Amino acid sequence: MLPNISRSQVKDSHRFSAFGQLLLIGIALAYLFVILLIPAAAVFYHAFHKGIGEFLVAISTREFIHAVQLTLIIAAIAVPVNTFFGLCAAWVIARNQFRGRTLLMSIIDLPFAISPVVAGLMIVLLYGRSGWFASWLNSINFKIVFALPGMVLATAFVTLPFVAREVIPVLEEMGTEQEEAARTLGASDWEVFWRVTLPNIRWGLLYGVLLTNARAMGEFGAVSVVSGNIAGLTQTLPLFVEQAYKNYQSQAAFAAAALLALLAVVTLILKEILERRTKYRKVDSGLPIN
Amino acid sequence: MSIVVDNISKQFGSFKALDRVSLEVREGTLVALLGPSGSGKSTLLRVIAGLESPDVGTILIDGRNTTHLNVRKRNVGFVFQHYALFKHLTVRQNVAFGLEIRKHPRRQVKDRVEELLDLVHLRGLGDRYPSQLSGGQRQRVALARSLATRPQVLLLDEPFGALDSKVRKELRAWLRHLHEEVRVTSIIVTHDQEEAMEVADEIVVMNQGRIEQVGTPTQIYDHPATPFVMSFIGPVNVLPNTARLFHDNGLEPLNEEVFVRPHDIHVQTSANGVKATAIVQRIIHLGGEIQVALALTDGQTILANFSREQFDKLKLTYGQQVFVKPKAAKSFPLPKSLL
Repeated sequence: MLPNISRSQVKDSHRFSAFGQLLLIGIALAYLFVILLIPAAAVFYHAFHKGIGEFLVAISTREFIHAVQLTLIIAAIAVPVNTFFGLCAAWVIARNQFRGRTLLMSIIDLPFAISPVVAGLMIVLLYGRSGWFASWLNSINFKIVFALPGMVLATAFVTLPFVAREVIPVLEEMGTEQEEAARTLGASDWEVFWRVTLPNIRWGLLYGVLLTNARAMGEFGAVSVVSGNIAGLTQTLPLFVEQAYKNYQSQAAFAAAALLALLAVVTLILKEILERRTKYRKVDSGLPIN
Repeated sequence: MSIVVDNISKQFGSFKALDRVSLEVREGTLVALLGPSGSGKSTLLRVIAGLESPDVGTILIDGRNTTHLNVRKRNVGFVFQHYALFKHLTVRQNVAFGLEIRKHPRRQVKDRVEELLDLVHLRGLGDRYPSQLSGGQRQRVALARSLATRPQVLLLDEPFGALDSKVRKELRAWLRHLHEEVRVTSIIVTHDQEEAMEVADEIVVMNQGRIEQVGTPTQIYDHPATPFVMSFIGPVNVLPNTARLFHDNGLEPLNEEVFVRPHDIHVQTSANGVKATAIVQRIIHLGGEIQVALALTDGQTILANFSREQFDKLKLTYGQQVFVKPKAAKSFPLPKSLL
């Protein structure tokens, strides 16, 4: 009798957990629908509900085009700089044992913990009109706050952790043996990096770059504080959206928002593709051992 | 090419990995560094390769001082325990790596790679990725890759340590055969004494960062220089000199510790002048040999090994009383051999 009882119990608990599972999935989906999907859909609806013509008019104004250009310029500077820095930091942390290693890791994470507005404020306090470096910057006639350099600095600050965060675990998982093998085969440090290390960490690195780029183009708070938000001069796409909306130019605001949202969707698709590749590779390398 | 290690020391923090180690490896020989983990054998290999730099001492390869030469210029082949194959490259690209770094002409690289794939019996698998190979195949690729640039010396760090025992035995025999063919001066690190005995011309036994003994497998086994070598190479009974095994038989060893190999224990079923007695405690069949655990009257348990023939003659059973004496024994410091 005993096995019968236990079997039916297993069945019951299984049925219950299946029901629970469905319930959880339902709640999660409903939540996503309310929080994410409806707002996103609304943006696209508002951008296009007066027809594609109105949309095209909205995105061909001088201010809009300038905002797009500025956003691209800032990303084009901040992303490569942070990619380079992130790679260096990841290498130092993953390949060396030294005192203050965990401290360094926490410092790299700092931009995640600090509110972007505060980050922007720090830049103003350092380089602004009454900041620490104000007189020196004045003497060489170089403007940081309310100009491109400050916006790049703010963007670089908030996007600093992404690459290092993604690359450190990949480097650690890779280990040092392949690099040592390459060196015994005659490779220089540079050749080891290009031919062995980089191909091993490429997916992690690319993922980090993607996240950096998405954040760089979408950053509002920090950039808003340091830019002064002057239309046609220091206005990025997110700043443009806000101002247009406040000025009741909802068509322009939603058109720009749709463009930003589209960017996010493209990033997500790319990320998904990358994750599939890495997953495939992991399963692949876990095949026969002996 | 000969390798000379002269007075090398290496410390990691407070841990002495190598303590004034000197060693000479003659050209064309295959030498095994044998010892327990932490004995410094891998560190010594990495120092010779240039993957670690020694605190003091010199390394000469073919008479040339290479102590401070960069790894990439030493021209050593190095084989790692976990293969260290380039995961993103095919077998063929892995083998070609060293040649391409050296900018050999493409035609020449292609021929050399095919030649090596033949040598390691992987001809048909050149386009596979490492993840598509078995452990034994991966290690053969690693070996081919390290031999491609015709290194002066070949260094193998526990090359078969990650493989199952059957594959390990096959590869051992194959490595020995390969060495006869290629004749490159080689050092293999292992903690497996059977592996060292089977593969190497000469064995270097290491313990706690020092070399305990250097010799041919026979020398090491038959004439161990220290208690450590005696107990590390092959099974051994370690007894105090006061044991009744010696006393009852009228033997008085001078040194406190006495080492007796299991096959040097003589057992007979009737007294006939042998006075020490023991009870048969356990009988273990090891295939070709039979091992018997004997409880002596003073509470000591010793192991004795017999050939099948000897065992069948004795007809031992559990709980039976037998008469035992050592045929040979050793104690240290040498040469205070007692019998």
